[in-house]
Amino acid sequence: MAFAGFLLRRILTGIVVIWLVASGAFFLFFARPVATVAHQLAGRAATPQVINEVISNLGLNQPIMVQYWHFLDNLVHGDLGFSYYSGESVNTVLKQDLPPTASLVVGGVILWLIAGLSVGIISATRPRSLFDRSSSVAVLIGLSMPVFVVGELLILVVFVPLNQHGFHWIQTGYAGLTQGFGTWTGHMILPWISLAAVQAAVYTRLTRGQLLDTLGEDYIRTARAKGLSERRVTFRHGVRAALTPVVSQLGVDIGQLLGGVVVVETVFGLGGLGETSVQAIYTDNLPVIIGFVIIAAAFVVVANIVVDVVYALLDPRVRIT
Amino acid sequence: MSISGIEVGGREAVAAEAVLDVTKVEGRSQWQLTWRRLRQDKVAIASLIIILVMVVLAIAAPAFVAITHHPPNVTYPNQGETAAGNPVPPGTAGFWLGTDGSGRDLFIRILYGARISLFVGFVTTALGAIAGVTIGLIAGYFGGFIDTILARFTDAVLAFPYVVLALALAVVLGPSLIVIIGVISFFSWAAIARIVRGQTLSIKEKEYIEAARSLGAGPFRIMFLDILPNLLAPVLVIATLYIPTAVVFEATLSYLGLGILPPTASWGNILADAQNFYQVAWWYVVFPAAALLITTLAFNLLGDGIRDAMDPRTERIFAAGRARGRRRRGKRQVLADSAAEVSHVMPSVPPAAGS
Amino acid sequence: MSMAVPADDDVLVRIDNLVKYFPVRSVGLIRRTVGHVQAVDDVSLSIPRGKTLGLVGETGSGKSTLARCVAGLIPVTSGRVTFDGRDITNVSRRAMRPVRREIQMIFQDPYSSLNPRRRVGAIIGEPFAIHKTASGSARKRAVQELMERVGLNPEHYNRFPAEFSGGQRQRIGVARALALRPKLIICDEPVSALDVSIQAQVLNLLADLQRDYGLTYLFIAHDLEVVRHVSDAVAVMYLGRICELGPKEQVYRSPRHPYTNALLSAAPAADPDAAAGRQRIILAGDVPSPIDPPSGCRFHPRCPKAQPLCSETEPQLEVQAGDAATHVTACHFPVMAGENLASAVRSELS
Repeated sequence: MAFAGFLLRRILTGIVVIWLVASGAFFLFFARPVATVAHQLAGRAATPQVINEVISNLGLNQPIMVQYWHFLDNLVHGDLGFSYYSGESVNTVLKQDLPPTASLVVGGVILWLIAGLSVGIISATRPRSLFDRSSSVAVLIGLSMPVFVVGELLILVVFVPLNQHGFHWIQTGYAGLTQGFGTWTGHMILPWISLAAVQAAVYTRLTRGQLLDTLGEDYIRTARAKGLSERRVTFRHGVRAALTPVVSQLGVDIGQLLGGVVVVETVFGLGGLGETSVQAIYTDNLPVIIGFVIIAAAFVVVANIVVDVVYALLDPRVRIT
Repeated sequence: MSISGIEVGGREAVAAEAVLDVTKVEGRSQWQLTWRRLRQDKVAIASLIIILVMVVLAIAAPAFVAITHHPPNVTYPNQGETAAGNPVPPGTAGFWLGTDGSGRDLFIRILYGARISLFVGFVTTALGAIAGVTIGLIAGYFGGFIDTILARFTDAVLAFPYVVLALALAVVLGPSLIVIIGVISFFSWAAIARIVRGQTLSIKEKEYIEAARSLGAGPFRIMFLDILPNLLAPVLVIATLYIPTAVVFEATLSYLGLGILPPTASWGNILADAQNFYQVAWWYVVFPAAALLITTLAFNLLGDGIRDAMDPRTERIFAAGRARGRRRRGKRQVLADSAAEVSHVMPSVPPAAGS
Repeated sequence: MSMAVPADDDVLVRIDNLVKYFPVRSVGLIRRTVGHVQAVDDVSLSIPRGKTLGLVGETGSGKSTLARCVAGLIPVTSGRVTFDGRDITNVSRRAMRPVRREIQMIFQDPYSSLNPRRRVGAIIGEPFAIHKTASGSARKRAVQELMERVGLNPEHYNRFPAEFSGGQRQRIGVARALALRPKLIICDEPVSALDVSIQAQVLNLLADLQRDYGLTYLFIAHDLEVVRHVSDAVAVMYLGRICELGPKEQVYRSPRHPYTNALLSAAPAADPDAAAGRQRIILAGDVPSPIDPPSGCRFHPRCPKAQPLCSETEPQLEVQAGDAATHVTACHFPVMAGENLASAVRSELS
């Protein structure tokens, strides 16, 4: 039951955070001269007529706190506003963009975790071996690379030559699962690698370091002395202990993940939430940006709660807090 | 000759503390020792040289303009583009590395991009270091309520998705160098503050700090004269390792169009445009990418080298902090500290992912 | 309970009913106090000017905590500390500042009591800088004089602590403490971390300085022989309370408290023949936790003379039969002359 309390507290905190972020975004954007705001809301191509329409529809001439109230009211009802640029509600726009982003995130995170953890674990169990040394070099290079460079290089080095030689499995742009698993992965594999590569490098290093230290501790020596097999020692004892800081690091990295998502979507033209939001800057499409900010905050909060739960499962000491 | 300072068979010969022949005896400071060790690390020295070369090239960019007669923002639609309007390869018509999508000298633009990148890298790291050290010191030293507030705030900042902030600022202020410096500095101080706080917490317990308090030293004196000198080593390492992160940040933001906009050259926006030509102009992607990679790699290697040179047993500092950190005031934040303080790993600065 | 050291009008430090408890907090978001570490529990002492009070006890007896309370480094839970006629209990940092010139400390660990990143000249000169009493070349001269006075080579002004031996580092600490000519120096186990041969030198230095500058010492140690050498009066502490207190010769010649006896029997004797004749008193058990001290007399679980009364009532510091008025013991069944405690212990154990 303490666990339920723990969860409840996390959820409440999460709601507060989302509220704070949304409010912060609201005031940042709307507490400016009415004309500027109206112009941005209406989109770059708006005529003066549309702008006036916007001002009256959204009540931009009202006192800021009244506007804030309406904003919160809409938010609670799930209404994120209206995109004048594309003539649809923001909800529609974001919903369309969700599948590519979801595909990217899920695949990317799995890939990075698997790659990072496994390389890290293997490196730690065979310190200073050839594998370890080469992976250290790879890690160092990986750490130095921006995601978009990885993406561009992958396109240059993998996509272009393959396509020129007739292998069309790998493509840029997005194709949903509905178009077949093979097609889907063909489109997603390079984006996944791009998203995962740098993070995997970070996690490899982290896992390796943590595991090396854990394996050096006395209770591991005891386990070995008891006669447990090396594999058992490593996994049941070492990895579990080493994993907890990795999990907590994950929570912090969710924020970085969003950045990666935006970049990868832009590089590969996946048309997801990230790319749309960035495009919204060029077109002065404020509602979409606000919608993205709120969604992003919600995502980070939820992800952090999940990470907290996983962490509490791994480390019982934390549950009471 | 004096044997003062040496215990001979366990008995210290007080009487033997005769006057030395040398008139002035000075101890070798930590920095001198570090430099000596660093000098022997070939990889680190190579990285240092590369960085210096980069800096010199960046500063000397106008000189190269004078040599090639190609200013960075001037397009050359005739010699600089193929008939189809694509960039020309390296070596053609006096373009050392070829041209970009608009027929501008790629080499010159890379040099000017270097100016931006290095400037942003150093400035944001410096700003972040000053702010981060101050906040970390205050949080670590005063502890209690102040620490809780500052530490949670620091964590919140670190976890914050930078893209969202960049987007928001770009909306309000328009994409620019200011946005970039604002966003990056916003995070750099947090990364540094977290480490400084951890170090301060452990240094605070040392006896010489207690001694300073017993002498009547005030908190600020202790923080800046007693604790800070013991922090400079880790801070230098972190700062050196943060510079490539900042560089990557800037490139990413410019790539996305949230930072430096063309025609001003930035490695990020060069690479953004290069995407349109990757099938016909490999040099447009490869050279800026190489410049970026070499720079970040060099800083990373230099940072590692400095860390190893500071104290060959540096991982012990982090290891000790981690062991202490295991006794929970129970929260993820402290454990995330531990995660950061792992041997051979530098703390969780937003990784060069610049994702 | 009151001043057992010769009640002098010229008392420099008076400690009245000093209590220091550290709260023990539970882990969690809302931290409740689940108990207290009773580090110092109702201690009263006084130290006359120019004299040395030796404070002895095992680890965990509270002696270091007591020292820090007197130095004003940690706040006091209750009780009063009076210095040179002024009440300095829990005063503000600003009010304490001028007092800090008069109370100094020497610490136990020569390897961590000096900032490794600062030069020795700066370390010793810091008191001058903090209290703005000397600067520039005047400060440098003063520092070098101090260095000479404690037996260091003044030319090593610019060296780092790492370049000195343990004994020399302690001298640096002494020089630092001496800089502002304080009245009281609290020595927290200043020689415990040093080699035996060096200990004597540092102790002699301290004695010389006391004579030359009229210093008053509160000397904390766990080694009785060291304390014997330097003190005028001795206080024995156990688990936060004083169990015996009196002039040095009295306490050493006729220790009354069983604990004092045990400590004395454990001290290595300089004379091997005397040592052979002496019988070790070995106490049973470990020192209990200060969070939950034993009822009544805190020593009773380990005491070879314990009776039911000892677990019920806490003994007060009183003059025992045949002792001088200044020698007090807190024991219901003190060890009297001619009593052989060692055999009492052996019969307990057998």
